[in-house]
Amino acid sequence: MESHFATEAAAQLRRQSPRAVAVNSIGPLTMLGGVAWAFLQPYRLTILHPYAQGFWWLLSEPPLYVIAVGIVFALVLAPGLLEDLEEVEDAAEG
Amino acid sequence: MLPKAEFVHWWFATGFLIIGLLLLAEAFVGEEAWGRRPWRPYLWPSFAFVMGVLMWPVMVFFTSSTIHMLAHGSWAQVMMLAGAAELGLVRGKLHSPYWRLCTALAFVVSGAAFLIHEQNGWLYARSAFLHHLIGWTLVTGAVFPLLRSFRPRASALQTGFALVFIVLSVSLYCDRDIAPVFGHLSPVAGEPHR
Repeated sequence: MESHFATEAAAQLRRQSPRAVAVNSIGPLTMLGGVAWAFLQPYRLTILHPYAQGFWWLLSEPPLYVIAVGIVFALVLAPGLLEDLEEVEDAAEG
Repeated sequence: MLPKAEFVHWWFATGFLIIGLLLLAEAFVGEEAWGRRPWRPYLWPSFAFVMGVLMWPVMVFFTSSTIHMLAHGSWAQVMMLAGAAELGLVRGKLHSPYWRLCTALAFVVSGAAFLIHEQNGWLYARSAFLHHLIGWTLVTGAVFPLLRSFRPRASALQTGFALVFIVLSVSLYCDRDIAPVFGHLSPVAGEPHR
């Protein structure tokens, strides 16, 4: 069963145009950038050592901002955009 | 009570990152697919306009000298102008594509403001380095919105335009007021931070 889903997913990926793949990768790459930054500079995440931190320091977690932007892009913007891109590409192919 | 200046830089960096990703997506899919949902073309100009509005309180509460105040005020004005011109074009209230030159103007004015208001050399501290870097990024990056005014559908220009915002965002995320750059910090810069 799982291998059937994997085959379907692989076929779906093969069907995607390079433009769709590019749009699909924007969100995950942004998230990955945020995660890499968090590993490189863990002291930027005051949430990891929250004691004696003020309100603004706890609010300002820049690697998490980057991850959040990537998540919002991937979940909110990309799906609709991919649908529209597919329609435009289908129309162009006739 | 007020947040530190670097926190505000990080919030604006997030705004520029959002604008950069929106423009990048538009460059990838093309104008036709991007415009299929009527609200989508309004996204990045709205962000630019709102960030221009938000720059005013930054100017009021975070500037400690006249030259800083003038720089922040000029950023607020040109960001609002660029956002408003692009919104006018999307809405159809403005017709001439040359209104896009407002965005090129915003880049040049913003870059010049960065370069003029930074009084220290490149390696004085990290903030000085980033002011020079951002200033030159914006001044040279203005070529993308400039050429985009004449060839709005060129995807290479759209991509370059988007990447300038992303570079700007990364630079602002790197900002710390008094921190070394490449291991160097002027002895008169102050108490170093990480």
